[in-house]
Amino acid sequence: MEVLLLLILLPPLAGAVLNGIFGRRFPQAVVSAVACTAPGLSLLFALLTAWTFAHLPTEPTPYVHSYFTWIEAGAFRADFALYYDRLTLVMTVAVTLVSFLIHLYSRGYMEQEGGYYRFFAYLNLFLFMMLTLVTAANYPLMFVGWEGVGLCSYLLIGFYFPRKSASEAGKKAFIVTRIGDVGFTLGVVLLFWTFGSVDFQYVFTRLEALPPGYLQGSLTAVGILLFLGAVGKSAQLPLYVWLPDAMEGPTPVSALIHAATMVTAGVYMVARSHALYAHAPLALEIVAITGCITAFFAATIALAQNDLKRLLAYSTISQLGYMFVGCGVGLFSAGIFHLMTHAFFKSLLFLAAGSVMHALSGELDLRKMGGLRHQMRTTWLTFLVATLAISGVPGLSGFFSKDAILAGARQGPLGDPRLYWLATVTAGLTAFYMFRALFMAFHGASRVEPALEPHVHESGGKMTRPLLVLAFFSVVAGYVSLPKALGGGEWFHHYLQPVFASSEALLSSTAAPAAGHAPSGLAVMGTSVLFAGAGFLLAYLGYVKFTGLPSRLTEYFHGTYQLLVNKYYVDEVYDWLIVRPLRRGSEVFLWRIVDAAAIDGLLVNGSAQATAGAGNLLRRMQSGNLRSYATWVLLGAVLWLGYILLR
Amino acid sequence: MVPLAHILALSVILFGLGAAGFVFRRNIITIFMCIELMLNAVNLAFIGFSRYLGNLDGQIFVFFVIVVAAAEAAVGLAIIIAVYRNRGSLSIDDFDSMKL
Repeated sequence: MEVLLLLILLPPLAGAVLNGIFGRRFPQAVVSAVACTAPGLSLLFALLTAWTFAHLPTEPTPYVHSYFTWIEAGAFRADFALYYDRLTLVMTVAVTLVSFLIHLYSRGYMEQEGGYYRFFAYLNLFLFMMLTLVTAANYPLMFVGWEGVGLCSYLLIGFYFPRKSASEAGKKAFIVTRIGDVGFTLGVVLLFWTFGSVDFQYVFTRLEALPPGYLQGSLTAVGILLFLGAVGKSAQLPLYVWLPDAMEGPTPVSALIHAATMVTAGVYMVARSHALYAHAPLALEIVAITGCITAFFAATIALAQNDLKRLLAYSTISQLGYMFVGCGVGLFSAGIFHLMTHAFFKSLLFLAAGSVMHALSGELDLRKMGGLRHQMRTTWLTFLVATLAISGVPGLSGFFSKDAILAGARQGPLGDPRLYWLATVTAGLTAFYMFRALFMAFHGASRVEPALEPHVHESGGKMTRPLLVLAFFSVVAGYVSLPKALGGGEWFHHYLQPVFASSEALLSSTAAPAAGHAPSGLAVMGTSVLFAGAGFLLAYLGYVKFTGLPSRLTEYFHGTYQLLVNKYYVDEVYDWLIVRPLRRGSEVFLWRIVDAAAIDGLLVNGSAQATAGAGNLLRRMQSGNLRSYATWVLLGAVLWLGYILLR
Repeated sequence: MVPLAHILALSVILFGLGAAGFVFRRNIITIFMCIELMLNAVNLAFIGFSRYLGNLDGQIFVFFVIVVAAAEAAVGLAIIIAVYRNRGSLSIDDFDSMKL
């Protein structure tokens, strides 16, 4: 079992090393063969490990194995140890599956691009880091994976580094997430200070045995600090600004890292730390509120975006907010459920967008598309499936996972009607902007540049096959958990019960009773379908039936529209408030004064000049002039004698 | 009896004159004479102490000093003659090959 577990992580590392060092000399076929076998093997091992774990007599108790001592400093100890339970099972299988499909897609997508081997080396390295993150058995090792995925994100966003906007975007991503990481690190330190250990097994068993109300101050602080890391990594308010810019990277990167895996690390971390959050309801409330507001906020921005990838980026931010709402109201399994379904349909959306980009030689402006469903049937159909899924249309996966979250927001241990209503409205907005994108890109008359028209073609099999597989999962992944209201067994929720049960129970017992009467599950479902339907209808009216309407509305609501199109000017505010003063401070003070004057001038050049000066002074003694020698001898003798006599 | 203080004062004055001449004079023969003067000033001091301590040690030491002075004068003058033959000058300021 311990070998299998480790074997999940090793193929991507090996692939990264091989392609990284020797890839330059390999032909493309070899590079992609190495790079795609790695996640394939990981997927295989993930499934084997899952099967082995399921047959362990100790199941569902977590399986932990320490491979070697990594850090040992006094009382602080962090081993390279892996932790496997049902949650890990879900994460490893989902991550490796989506990753494998995206690697296959990239073979076709990156064919004409330079740096083929570099791309796949980074992509494999990313997978290794992500798997480390989800299987780690202690916070420092998880942080290694956390930082590792951040590094790979930087490398991949800035993949086309000769382009200034790309390298700037890479820097922005890394630096903004770093801010969150400060919170994460502080949280881990505080946790160590409180428990004397950062090991999951140790801390979580202590937490489960802790009576409610104890250590609430410290635990709430830890919870908030850890969540700060999640705010950065999972692009929530106010640290979301890097994700839209991250679209500078190649589209498979956007699909894998910024939709399905890296950005979900924050959600995973919160879910993994459920035992801690169960004792800190205030921290969870902050998680839920942040998630909900972010979801709404990002959805409003998405309404007005014309760049397809940017629109999908804001959509991702919004959906991540949903996941945090799920965890924040105490239904961790709902958050993870949505994480899983979202991974499928969001990566599908990005890959389909990539397919469109290829057909239109890089065009991403929705205003310059239209009628593509005639020339790109497969892309159109898969995009449609994903749109239905994300809008929460009944029957597809998104409906079930979103419903689980909405029900939780209303009825969960920390549920609140305000969260519920805001989330439901956001669902309506989601349906609207997604169908708007669908209609603008694939339906109606073609607004494509005449020069590009003849080149519009469906993408090759290497790209469309993964699309079809993802579409399949976007439909069926929801059926692992049919809600009770529809007579289902909520299998997914029950499967993860052994992981989350104690925390959910604790939260239910300590939370205030829900206000008003709880609506039935069917009512929740019905309302969400209603809002989604309204969104679809408005999109249909605006972008298929009365295509003149949107421009008239944007003219009428000019102020609001400008606000949305310019993303509420948040980037500009940050630039003015933070970036510019920092830049000024750095240039004027740190660079000119500290670096140039103090270090270069005073210390480096200064010490050299002092030495030279001293040497110059001493040089005068060696004048070659005998009389001065005589004088020095006399002087020396007098001084010495004086010293001896006067002592 | 001449007071010791007078002898020592004379010795110091002679030594001072010798030192001053050694530093300020240009002709190398003059400098040599000043060196001899300094040595003899020291001899005078030794003799004075020997007399007032009733001890012959000082006078014995004077012998040593005289011998050393003689040897040094011989060697030194030989060097000066050799240098004079090469440079054609007795001014110490002209002996400046070691100057940078």
